[in-house]
Parts: sequence; C-alpha cells; structure tokens
Amino acid sequence: MLEISHLTKRYGHDEPVLKGLDLRVEDNSVVAIVGASGAGKSTMLRCINRLVEPTSGSIILNGMELVALRGGALRRARRKIGMVFQGFNLIDRLTVMENVLAGRLGYVSLYQAISRRFPQTDIERAFTLMERVGIAQYANKRADELSGGERQRVGVVRALMQEPELLLADEPTASLDPRTSEQIMMLLQSLASELSLPVLINIHNVAQAKTYTERIVGLRHGKMIFDGAPDDFNEEALDAIYGGIEAPDDATTESPTASREVGHDAI
Amino acid sequence: MTRSETSAPATPRTWRKPPFIANPLLRYGLLAVLVIYLVWAFGSLPFNWARISEGLPRAARIFGGGFPPSFERFDLLLTGFKESLQIAVLATLLGVLLSIPFAVMAARNVAPLPVYFLGRAVIILSRSFHPVIVAILFVAAVGFGPLAGILTLTLYSIGFVGKLLAEEIEEIDWGQVEAMKATGAGYFAILVYAVFPQILPRQVGLSMYQLDSNLRASAVVGIVGAGGIGGTLMNAFGRYDYAFAFAILLVIIAVILISEGVSGWVRKKIW
Amino acid sequence: MVDQAGALADRVWKRYDRRERLIRYAVMLVTLMVVVWAVRDIDIFWPWVWDAPNQISSLGARMWPPDPSRLEEIVNAMIETVHIATLSTMLTIFIALPVAYIAAQNTTPNRACLWLGRFILVSSRSVNTIIWALLFVAIFGPGVLAGILAIMCRSVGFIGKLMGEAIEEIDRRPVEAMQATGASKLQVIAYAVVPQVMPAFFAIVILRWDINIRESTVLGLVGAGGIGVILQGSIDTFAWTTVATILIAIVVLVLIGEAITSLLRRKVI
Repeated sequence: MLEISHLTKRYGHDEPVLKGLDLRVEDNSVVAIVGASGAGKSTMLRCINRLVEPTSGSIILNGMELVALRGGALRRARRKIGMVFQGFNLIDRLTVMENVLAGRLGYVSLYQAISRRFPQTDIERAFTLMERVGIAQYANKRADELSGGERQRVGVVRALMQEPELLLADEPTASLDPRTSEQIMMLLQSLASELSLPVLINIHNVAQAKTYTERIVGLRHGKMIFDGAPDDFNEEALDAIYGGIEAPDDATTESPTASREVGHDAI
Repeated sequence: MTRSETSAPATPRTWRKPPFIANPLLRYGLLAVLVIYLVWAFGSLPFNWARISEGLPRAARIFGGGFPPSFERFDLLLTGFKESLQIAVLATLLGVLLSIPFAVMAARNVAPLPVYFLGRAVIILSRSFHPVIVAILFVAAVGFGPLAGILTLTLYSIGFVGKLLAEEIEEIDWGQVEAMKATGAGYFAILVYAVFPQILPRQVGLSMYQLDSNLRASAVVGIVGAGGIGGTLMNAFGRYDYAFAFAILLVIIAVILISEGVSGWVRKKIW
Repeated sequence: MVDQAGALADRVWKRYDRRERLIRYAVMLVTLMVVVWAVRDIDIFWPWVWDAPNQISSLGARMWPPDPSRLEEIVNAMIETVHIATLSTMLTIFIALPVAYIAAQNTTPNRACLWLGRFILVSSRSVNTIIWALLFVAIFGPGVLAGILAIMCRSVGFIGKLMGEAIEEIDRRPVEAMQATGASKLQVIAYAVVPQVMPAFFAIVILRWDINIRESTVLGLVGAGGIGVILQGSIDTFAWTTVATILIAIVVLVLIGEAITSLLRRKVI
C-alpha cells in the first residue's frame, strides 16, 4: 500500500509544483494520474522514488517512510519501485539483455555489474519476462535497433526485473503511435493483475486512462481535483482538469470553475 | 509440438555478453599482440632506475628553487614576449595569405590533377614536421633569430589552414560556380566570385584560430633558437635559474589562456 | 531628364552598410597598425631576409642525396619514437579518465574536485610538450623516461578536456533510469555513462596518438629520447645528408600513423 500525505515540492522560490498532495493506493490497483503538462504529475511520480527531492510531506510504501531515506537505504527502497519512462531511457549502446539486467543493479555487486555475471535466477527471470512481452528474440540486439514499442517493452521488463512492490509509469505511451500505445497500456494492465502490483500511470490520453485503469486521479496546479472511478470521469471533470490551460493568465486563477469559463472563451 | 519443445527451458538458459569482437581468433589474437607489444616496448626502452631515483630529490630542488618565481628580470621577459607576439602576428598574416593559393591548388574540384598533387604534397609535408623540427632547419639555413621563427610558423600555418581550407573548397556549393561559368567568366573570376565568398567566413575563423595556435608555437620554437620567449626560457633552464624559468612559464600559461579566450570570443562573434 | 540622371546618380551600389563598413575599416586599421609595428620593431637583419631563399636552397642542396648509411640506427630510433608515443598515450588514459570524471560538471563529487580537475587540465594544456620535456630532462636526466612523462603531461589535458566534455554531453535520461533501479553511483557510471562516452573515448585516444607520434619526433631535440636525438646530433655535426634521411623517415612514419588512425577510426567507431 502506498500512502502519500501532504506532499509538497517547490523548486527554489517558485510557486510550488505540488501543494500538499494526499493519495492512498491500495495493493494491486491501476491508477491513472491525468492532468495537463506542468500540473505536477511527473514531479509527483519522481518524488515517490526520490529522483526528485520532496520539499515536505510523507510517502509511506508498505509501512516504510521513503522521504527520510538516505544512501544505501534509499537505494534498497528504490529497487522495490520500478519505473517506466516516457522516453524509454534505455542505454542505447548496450544490448537488450544488458538493459533488462540493469533492472537488477540494486541487487548485484559492482563486480557482477561490470563483468555482466548476473546470477542464473536473474537471467532466467529476464528470459521469462522478455518472452512474456515478446522481445526474447532480441536479447543480443542493441537497444537502439528496436522500434519504439519494442523499446518500451524493454523498459517495462527492466522495471519488472526489480521485483517491484510498486510500478511507476511516467507517460509510458506519449512517445508511441496510437496502436502501439494501446498495446503498452494493455500490457501494463495485464501485468499489474498477473503480478498483483500497484501501478501508477501518468497519462495524457484520457480515453486510454478510462479504458485501462480502475481509478483516475486528476491533478491541476499541484492539487488533486478529481479522484474516482473511470465511469465518474465526465465532461465536467475533464474541463476542470484541462480547461483554460492555454490561457496565459491561467496561473493566477484559483478555482476550477473560473478557469473553465476562460477555457470556453478561448475556444 | 515443436513450439512447446523450443520454448520449454530444458536446460538452464544462460546468457553471456556478446563479445566486442565476435571472432574468437581475432579477439585473442589482438589481445596477444597487445601483450607482446607492451612487453617488447617496455623491455626495449632503456630505463635507468638509479638515475630515476636520483631524480626525485632533484625535482624537489628544482621546484624548491623555482618558488617563489622571480620577476626580477621582467624587461627580459617582456622583450621575449614582444618578439613571440611579433613572430606570431607576421607568421599568421603570411601563412593565412599564402594558404589561399595552396588551398586552391590542393582542392580536387578546382585544381587540375598535377597541380592538385603538388598542392597536396606541400600541405602533407608541412603538416608532417613538428614546427620545432622545421625551426631547427630554418635556424641552420638563415641563422638564429626571429626570421627563422617567422618562416617556421608561416609554413606551419600554410599546412594547417591550407588543409582545412582545401576541404572547405571541396565542399562548396557547385551551383554557384556553374552560374559563374554560364556568364562566361574566366578561371580567376570564378575563383573570386563563386569560390572565395563561400570560404571567406571559414577563413576568418581559421585565421583567429591560427593566431592563437601560432602564439603557442612561437613560445617553443625559441627553444631551438628561432626567437621569442622560448629562447629566454631555454637560457633560464640552462643557467639553472629556475625561479626565472617558472616566472616565464607562469606568464606563458597566462598569455595562452588569454589568447585562447580572445580567439574563442572573436570566432563566436564572427559565426 | 535631369531628374532622371540625378536619380540614377543616387543609386550607388554598396556592398556593406555604414556601421559594418566602419567596423571593417577599424579592424583593418588595427591589423595594419599591428603588422607595421611588428615589421618595424622586430629584431631582424633585413639583408638576411632577402638572402634567405639562397640560404634555404643551398641548405637543400647540401642535403641531397640522402645518406642511407645510418638507416638501421634511424629505424631503431623511429621505433623508440613510436614506443614513446604509444606507451605514453596508453598510460595517459589511466590519469586522464579520473581527471575528466572530476572535471565534468555532472559527475564531479564536489566543487573542490571540479576546480582541482579544471586546474590540472588547464595547466597541462597550457604548457607545450617540449617545455614539459625540458622540465623532465632537468629532473630525470636525458632519456626516454623524460619523453614519456612529457607527452603524458601534455596529453592528460587534451584527453581529459575532451572526455570531460563528452561526459557533460551525455543523455541524462539513462542515468535517471539507472538511479531509479536502486543502482549505486559506480553502477550508474558503469551502465549509463561509460557506454555513452565509449565512441568519443576511442576517437579522442586515436586522435591523440596520432598527435603524439608527431610530438615525440621532437622530444630528442631537448634530450628526451626518440629520433630527435639523432636529428640534433646530425645537425650539430653538419651531416646534412643524414638529416635528409631522417626527415624522410619522419614523413614516412607520420603517413603510416595517419593510415593506421584512419583504419582504426573506421574499424572501431
């Protein structure tokens, strides 16, 4: 179970990106986080595995407070949190297999990592997972020889290699064509239920969020303004989240209704 | 049936990183060649360990004698630098001007074949020799002093600027040349109107770069007697006047940093 | 009619506008002044300048024909020269990589290391190889060791600076991904940094090796080993025909070096 409470993040002295966010994710549920760019989705996800340092607040994963961790303890916590990235973030010049095994870096020694002598169980697991998503035949190909969808599959397998207790996906489909992105979303959904893994997906595409997730969280200006089942996510919620985003004076508008009007005017 | 056979992991599946060089014979062959080379190279070099162990206290003495650097003979240092600067300026000017005809000669697309070979040969020759070797020859030919330095660095500039400029000419937009040909222009008119305008920005940038580069080189050609600060440095070392030598070194470093900064700034301005 | 002629007279074609022209003239004037100052002030005995072509061609004549009698000695010295270049390039790598690591903004452990790294790079690059050689000959006496150390000291700055830039230019995203897996700092470097800078590394080392071959031909002039020792000896004894042989040998060596580097570049990168 993941419990986020009062999570705040501000860069320097700017307006906070996250303003006291509260979120509770039960085990084995797929949650979509929607919001316009700049709403703080990516920052929130990165606060969970501490790629971004939260300014204040608390994040508790399965009973462990993540915000206070340092050094080795932080790395041990991170290896329990898999992450899938928008730009795949693969190491292009290494093979697919090396990219996949890189998911085990939190578990192996530096010597094992450099000499690529990973334990047999890791290699078994890598092959099993790669077969599951259909990229096993590329094991010895360089990562940059693959197509976008295949690369994201490598990214997913790398995250799963960590044996995560939580999977974070930061716009996993934003760099893919519509058909491939459907496939990746389907994959994430079915993997979540197979491995009974809580998954947080940042996503721009509301239709996909409604189709493939069980719960939608809407962010705007670092605040949660919607939390509910996909069926409850109606026009009104959509406007509240995205409305008036293009208006330049938008940052000052506080209430969602006000910005909605601006949005309509703009259109 | 066959499908289940292939997908069933009968034996534990292993994975090794595919080696950098696929062919094992070549891989171990290259490794062996490398080891043999290293053994040979280290073995054949005459290292005199006794002298090396003597060297460390001597290093301490040299650095001890060198600090603090002495600026007592500042006017000598100034004269040396003035001469280095003059050598660099004149050599850059001559070199950059002369590099244009040589670049034209060494560009395959504008020069006839025999001329091309001649141009290439001049450029290859002047690039093969380190400026210090050229300097020592010019010192032998025209005597000690800045003249040898200027001749050396002029040749050095022709080699460097000429090569890059020739490559630039080979890559010009040929359409402009054809347009000039269509107007009935002669060979030199085409050069002036269709070729030079395309390479001029590059030439100005290269000249600034070469001025910086010549200033660096002018500090060392003096070591073999071709004028400039290098000679002053060599003398200081020869008289074991390490305090003055280190003072010269510090100033050389400062001047080079300044010149690098200025040359970089000008090149950024131009482009 | 008159009006028309006046209008035509006004239509003067100019290549540059006023401001551009002014800057242009100013730059030309300054350049001209510097050149005039340099020509008038420089300590040159002008009759020698007019005599220089004669002197140079007479030196050329004295060099002909090249004397191959000391060829074996020369070839051995050339091999020594190559050894100096190769060994010092290889040894430099071990020093330059850590320096590059601490001098790159995105990998340096702290600001003190960053400035230490930059200081090492700048001081290494600002002192010419032959000046380094002068220093090491004074310390360790004449010989190959001084040459190797001199070339190393200069190459550290070259390789270190370019590698540092390569490290600074890497794609940050794989680094982030590796951090997210819980990898340690060294593991992140091994997986996300090293593979990205590998091509740059080979290119830089090959380039420096090519440069070092040329540089090591002059080390001997200050007594730091290699072909330069024989060259200096032959010049001192006015054995110009031997000098010619050595010069030809150097050209051949440099051309072979260039062939090898272009081959390596094609094969490795």
